[in-house]
Amino acid sequence: MELCSFLTLDSFIKDPLTHEFMRKALLMSSLVAAVCGFLSSYLTLKGWALMGDAVSHSVMPGVVVAYALGLPFSLGAFIFGVGSVALIGFIKQKSRVKEDTVIGLVFTGFFALGIVLVSKIKSNIDLHSILFGSPLGISLSDVKQTIFISLLVVILLSIFRKDLMLYCFDPRHAKTVGINVFFLHYLLLTCLSLAAVVGLQSVGIILVVAMLITPGATAYLLTDKFDNMTVISVLSAIISSLIGIYVSFWFDLETGGSIVLAQTFIFLFAFLFAPRYGIFKLKKLFAGYK
Amino acid sequence: METVNYQNFRIEAENICVDYNGKVALYDANLRLKPGQICGLVGMNGAGKTTFFNALTGFVNISKGKIRINGESVRSAQKDQTIAYVPQNEGIDSQFPISVWDVVMMGRYGSMNIFRCPRESDVQAVKDAIERVDLSDHLSTPIGNLSGGQRKRTFLARAIAQRASILLLDEPFSGVDIRTEKLISELFIQFKNDGKTILLSTHDMIHVREFCDLVLLINKTVVAYGETSEVFTPENITTTFGGISPDFLFGPES
Repeated sequence: MELCSFLTLDSFIKDPLTHEFMRKALLMSSLVAAVCGFLSSYLTLKGWALMGDAVSHSVMPGVVVAYALGLPFSLGAFIFGVGSVALIGFIKQKSRVKEDTVIGLVFTGFFALGIVLVSKIKSNIDLHSILFGSPLGISLSDVKQTIFISLLVVILLSIFRKDLMLYCFDPRHAKTVGINVFFLHYLLLTCLSLAAVVGLQSVGIILVVAMLITPGATAYLLTDKFDNMTVISVLSAIISSLIGIYVSFWFDLETGGSIVLAQTFIFLFAFLFAPRYGIFKLKKLFAGYK
Repeated sequence: METVNYQNFRIEAENICVDYNGKVALYDANLRLKPGQICGLVGMNGAGKTTFFNALTGFVNISKGKIRINGESVRSAQKDQTIAYVPQNEGIDSQFPISVWDVVMMGRYGSMNIFRCPRESDVQAVKDAIERVDLSDHLSTPIGNLSGGQRKRTFLARAIAQRASILLLDEPFSGVDIRTEKLISELFIQFKNDGKTILLSTHDMIHVREFCDLVLLINKTVVAYGETSEVFTPENITTTFGGISPDFLFGPES
């Protein structure tokens, strides 16, 4: 490792930028982080962490099938992501099994199907990069897909920003004043599936749920305003991605894991020192002892 | 505001049934309310009070029967912002990062454009509504920092801002301070004079006697319905509460 070259912060930051793959990884991961961070506020407030986990794992067979058929993998992932949610809803309604159990068994079933398919369909699918992400090895067609999906999600969320907030906060009122709650429910699920699809390129299927909940949870500890929460969530997600990629470059660590670990550390920092909701309440510390 | 002189019913529910996955929550329930009437909805926990509200707002579908709001379907009542629902304090996430102003503004969403950009009139309606519930000092306070009474008033303001002609209130008096209770009772009188129709659920028998012209006693279905003075009898209450004597509910002195 070139230990001497990051003696200065300047070269720590600039040296990786001389590599084409690093510039691409930093840009793409920031974009993906921003999208997931944006959505994260809604998922955290709606209490959909488990749903996020379910959707992100369930896209696995979709990715494999799409690769095998030569289709854009986001299409396969999207179909299986939404399909898993529909199946969860169906089983929940038609049986007496509790919701969290249904979610758990459906997504593990889908995930297992994906793993079996990978072993059966002998192709050039890199299981490791699906499971753990490969932001450094992202291909040009993946870049186009990622940009397209990211823009789509950001546009949808921006248009229905306030309706989705109302839907998360008080769906009964939304329904009472004639807002289409059914549509908002599936809009949020669609965005969740799409975000999981782009997120898995950065950190992989197993960890993508972190991209979808940790930034929102961090922001939730830092503010009482919804708009600020969204901004903080997006920023913390982007910063984590940048930190994760740089750290993984210099110390030769798994990139996806580094990104998620950076998010976790930012969350822990907020958990300990958030001005109002942290356990040490920074404000009080600054005020001095009296 | 509205005129009280027409004879049409604001709310007409005819033999409505609601079931959740085969489990009956409410059956053969009837209710007719005119403009300017205040009706108390009384029953045990699980007797179907919230289900009744949900059916009227269209939040759940009825499996049988008919609901007419101002003579029209529930769907068009939703479009016309006819019904406002004021939830129980327990029914909302008090830790949601949202301010009093934003909650009250949600009362205007139904009549805004798709981006929910407030117009001058929306801003004015929200301002007026917040003033009427005496929360003008708390415009940007997050709802998590409010007391139970202030939070209740916030949601009342949302109903006022919505300019609904029917108000459904789930336990409006539970967990509120004396000041809020007084303010709510004053608002009820104003609403009544404006010709609004109010349906409120409550556990507190005193409030029924005090505010309600009519009372609807339910236990999965209607036990009794009519003028409070006629229907709100110890016998009916005992039936509604599954055989528990009114002495126990009111205390022996009443």
